[in-house]
Amino acid sequence: MGAARHAGWGALMSDQAASRLVDAGARASLWLQPHRIGLIVVGIVLVVCAAMFMRWDWLPDYYGLALQGIWRTLWILVVTCALGFLLAVPIGLVQVTGPRWLSWPAYWFCTVVRGTPLLLQLWFLYYGLGSLFPQFPWVRESFLWPYLRQAWPYAVLSLTISYAAYEGEVMRGAFAGVARGQLEAARAFGMSRWKVFRRIWLPQATYRALPTLAGETVLQLKATPLVATITVVDIYAVASRVRQSTFIVYEPLLLLAVVYLCITGILVYAFRKLEARIPTRLG
Amino acid sequence: MGNGLIEALIHLAQASVFDLLALSPPGWGGNLLRGLTNSVLIAVGAYGIGIAIGIGGAFGKLYGGPVLRDLLELYTTIVRAVPELVLILLLYFAGTDLINRLLEALGYQRIDINGLVAGICVLGIVQGAYSTEVIRGAILSIPQGQIEAARAFGMSPALMLRRITLPAMLPFAIPGMANLWLIATKDTALLAIVGFNELTQETRTAASTTKAYFTFFLAAGALYLLITLFSNVIIARIEKWARRGMPAGAH
Repeated sequence: MGAARHAGWGALMSDQAASRLVDAGARASLWLQPHRIGLIVVGIVLVVCAAMFMRWDWLPDYYGLALQGIWRTLWILVVTCALGFLLAVPIGLVQVTGPRWLSWPAYWFCTVVRGTPLLLQLWFLYYGLGSLFPQFPWVRESFLWPYLRQAWPYAVLSLTISYAAYEGEVMRGAFAGVARGQLEAARAFGMSRWKVFRRIWLPQATYRALPTLAGETVLQLKATPLVATITVVDIYAVASRVRQSTFIVYEPLLLLAVVYLCITGILVYAFRKLEARIPTRLG
Repeated sequence: MGNGLIEALIHLAQASVFDLLALSPPGWGGNLLRGLTNSVLIAVGAYGIGIAIGIGGAFGKLYGGPVLRDLLELYTTIVRAVPELVLILLLYFAGTDLINRLLEALGYQRIDINGLVAGICVLGIVQGAYSTEVIRGAILSIPQGQIEAARAFGMSPALMLRRITLPAMLPFAIPGMANLWLIATKDTALLAIVGFNELTQETRTAASTTKAYFTFFLAAGALYLLITLFSNVIIARIEKWARRGMPAGAH
């Protein structure tokens, strides 16, 4: 790799960087219209008023617990989305190409899970299954029992099932939407069915599903506070605890809303970055 | 292993499912159906308020002044980013508190806000944010010529809204609005957490009293599923009706 080529590449990069800077400047001046400055001032005044006239003295006491709660919320979100997506791929795929005895259960799985409230599913698993397990001695003796006595496995299970069902429906559409010619071309190149799936079908379907995936992930984040109803201490549960022990109502809830806004913002930003990396002009 | 299973089955059989779900008082079926009625009422009310806010919000976003537009953007962004549960608590506490303070300032007695009304309003505000986006998108999908033609005929904005914009956006809005209806029916379950007696809360009460968790949660799940499946049938008909006169396959 020659030094000259390197230098040329560097110059190109700095050109790009400069034009990007100009773009950003132009966008900022478009965005920052006079009325927006007024709105921002109003917003800052509101925030300052909230900081000065509302009660925040509870914050130092619950600081550690709140961070732990945020961590647990994020952890549940990431684990359930990852597991849910892994389940959603086969659920979507069998509905497009699978035999009837696979596609039919997958279809009804999606319909039933999407047709009932998540809160009900969560309580069904936690109270229903949870009350059934202790009746079987072999469950109590198994290595899983220490986990089955806790709440979080039920939370993870029900959120995973819910994400898998909603995302399975999305993946079904995405798999069906990949142009047939692409798959036929891949087959004509002598790729095995598995290779076609791995190299062509799955990537293109995922690209198609990505915008919806972002929305579903935000919805999943918004579903996480439900786990507080089965005694998992996420950030929402921390806020409720503050409310119950200090009788301060608005401040913890407002802070909670801000925390969720921030997490949503980060999620949306991350997915937008991911989407920007997708090669365009598909199919 | 076998013993436990048989014991559990006997346990289930003893408290016979049909006794538990009987409609008259020793059974809990009546309570479940009352909860179902409440859930449907809340869903219908919240959906109605949501549509009203949605139409207003969409027009504000499309044709309003810059400040109104930004405020609406703020509203839809915040409501769609913060969990419904948090919004319900915030609006429920803040709403009842504000109304009571207002009443006291005006020299009236404090009142207890009816849970049904509070639930409907709170879910309505949440629904409004989503339907604003759906209706805005639908209005944008109307072929521009139709609106220009209406203007050229000298229609006033109100007449244009009634005769052209609303009917023409309907086929574009219906998939999204149908989805919102299904979300509304399921979001009513969240009011169980504020202690309102809708289907999920009634189910939990029944289940924890009789210890027949499985039976009751399955029954409630079946009821919710019935609402969804029934809605799907109706939605399919409405969609067919709204698409009349559109070329087949056009979206």
